[in-house]
Amino acid sequence: MERVSYAEAVRRGLAEEMRRDPLVWALGEDLSRAHGSTSSTQYCGLIDEFGPKRVVDTPISESTIMGAAVGAALAGTRPVAELRNVDFGLCAIDELVNQAAKIRYMFGGQARVPLVTRQGLGLKRSLGSQHTQSNEVWFVHTPGLVVVAPATPGDGRGLLKASIRCDDPVVFLEHKELWATEGDVDFSDDGIVPLGRARTVTSGTDLTLVVWSRMAIVAEHAATQLSALGVSAEVIDLRTLWPWDREAVFRSVRKTGRLLVAQESVLVGGFANEVAAEVSERLHNTLVAPVRRLGAPRIPMPYSPPLEDECRIECRHVVEAALSLVQNDRSRKETT
Amino acid sequence: MGNENTASASIGRALALFRTMCLIREFEERCAEEKARGTVPGLVHQSTGQEAVPTGICAHLRREDYLFSNHRGHGHAIAKGADPAAMMKEIFGRQGGTCGGKGGSMHIADFSVGMLGANGILADGLTMAVGAAQAVSLKGENRLVCCFVGDGTTNRGPFFEALNWAQVFRLPVLFACEDNTYASTTRTDEVFAGPGVVARVASFGIEAASVDGNDLGAVDAAAGRLIAQIRSGGGPRFLHARTYRIRGHISSDPLNYRRAGETETHMATEPIARYQKWLIENGASETDCSAIRAEARALIERAVAESMAAPFPDTNTAWTDVQDIGGPQWNG
Repeated sequence: MERVSYAEAVRRGLAEEMRRDPLVWALGEDLSRAHGSTSSTQYCGLIDEFGPKRVVDTPISESTIMGAAVGAALAGTRPVAELRNVDFGLCAIDELVNQAAKIRYMFGGQARVPLVTRQGLGLKRSLGSQHTQSNEVWFVHTPGLVVVAPATPGDGRGLLKASIRCDDPVVFLEHKELWATEGDVDFSDDGIVPLGRARTVTSGTDLTLVVWSRMAIVAEHAATQLSALGVSAEVIDLRTLWPWDREAVFRSVRKTGRLLVAQESVLVGGFANEVAAEVSERLHNTLVAPVRRLGAPRIPMPYSPPLEDECRIECRHVVEAALSLVQNDRSRKETT
Repeated sequence: MGNENTASASIGRALALFRTMCLIREFEERCAEEKARGTVPGLVHQSTGQEAVPTGICAHLRREDYLFSNHRGHGHAIAKGADPAAMMKEIFGRQGGTCGGKGGSMHIADFSVGMLGANGILADGLTMAVGAAQAVSLKGENRLVCCFVGDGTTNRGPFFEALNWAQVFRLPVLFACEDNTYASTTRTDEVFAGPGVVARVASFGIEAASVDGNDLGAVDAAAGRLIAQIRSGGGPRFLHARTYRIRGHISSDPLNYRRAGETETHMATEPIARYQKWLIENGASETDCSAIRAEARALIERAVAESMAAPFPDTNTAWTDVQDIGGPQWNG
């Protein structure tokens, strides 16, 4: 085991895949000098090991970063297209949605598009409205895409490797606040984390708390606080949003009878709704309380810290929602 | 038509090119007829009158070379070697279509001949073409990538991104601009700033040639020269071929935005009659040409008949080839 940052674990995961398969390569802005982003070390040293044909510094041309990755995938390679931020990724949404996601299907299965696009997700202090979005659900809504949002260094490494080996396009979302977080990773095995499998962060019996990406860290803290208040929360980190691990969530809800889904993104139309709807439809008789959802208000993210905090889902919100869920359940039980 | 003397030295080769143009013409005209009869379910973007451009360019492409096309792509696919009968079945939405009926006219692809897809989104082909060229370079392969675009596409952002990119990385790409005068139903010259597309391309340092795209000999000669330069490591090239879209943006377009007599004026310079005249002046017989036209008509007629007779796809195939993990049958 080694204690490493999320950014470092994912960097080493990419390097391992590039060593294993000479057809894996990365393209994006600033990969060789600033290592992918001015605030991280995601691509540090890769240029030295793999050279400029496999670690390609591109112009600021998001459409072509994604489009080139699609073309390169069709031509038999496995590109990793770095977009830095989902907000910048919007400049390449056409190439991802109209091309990458649909080519296999609309060409009748003649071709696959084995690309990975890495995009930084979510809030970091005072980055304003255009550098903080969490639009993961846009990708989930698009047939053809796999959507991954790991929360820990080990999952970042293992899921990036699984994403690179996937024959379909994968959107790999890395929350910007996670890059510096640390965890223990065992680099002695290949560490592959299968796509579509959730991770049980903490076991519990009173309620199921479903989260992904950075919210998994928040939920873990919330579970500790809830435990001190006598409430046992089972935290499930989905890790992959499409396809999400319905069975793991259903199994947990069958045990606890209560579900809270917490997301950093805007609640309206968010992925929490998909989880809540599936559980409500399929486990209606198992639930002892109505499903609860937590998410941001439908407001562009403001800049000033107190304004930003107004729109951010934090640990205390999760704790409050969990407590109200358990109380609601008690009153409901008395009336039925 | 001076170039034709040197470029089409062999009359046999010239007749083969003539045959390709006739096949494209018949294909386009019969598609539109069937669309008007209600047998074709989707849109048909005809390239009638533009046949010399893909014919002259693809004559210099090898089977292993990659081609990216656009929404008006039937001619590109035929010239690259795709089977017209499978293409017609695709347009009819039938079994045996190039994409099993999932794509239709705008998404015809035949990877077995390097035809990596028509496209309903303008300029995306350029971005994919430069990426495919990077893959070719990474794999150490000896392939060229050709990307067809229309004049309307020269106003889209990714057009500029991809040209810059191709030149920065010195990629083996031929960008072929079929300038058919119209961007959908708008005259391109009314929405195009500056001295022209060649000047735009030249600003990236990319060598560009501009030819009469209705003169097959001129297209053939220019494409041969540019493609040879690309194959010898010269980096990207751009071929601007000036032509005219005889039919509408889609087959049902009433063309009410054109001046009276405009289409008829352009019929006088359409490429097939022009090339036939040249062929006859240079040793081919009228009978040779008529036979080729009749053969093309019969081949496309058979393709239509086969398409009408072919069954629709099994509805189960609607559910396949979405994605391996998380496809529509996924059940957690």
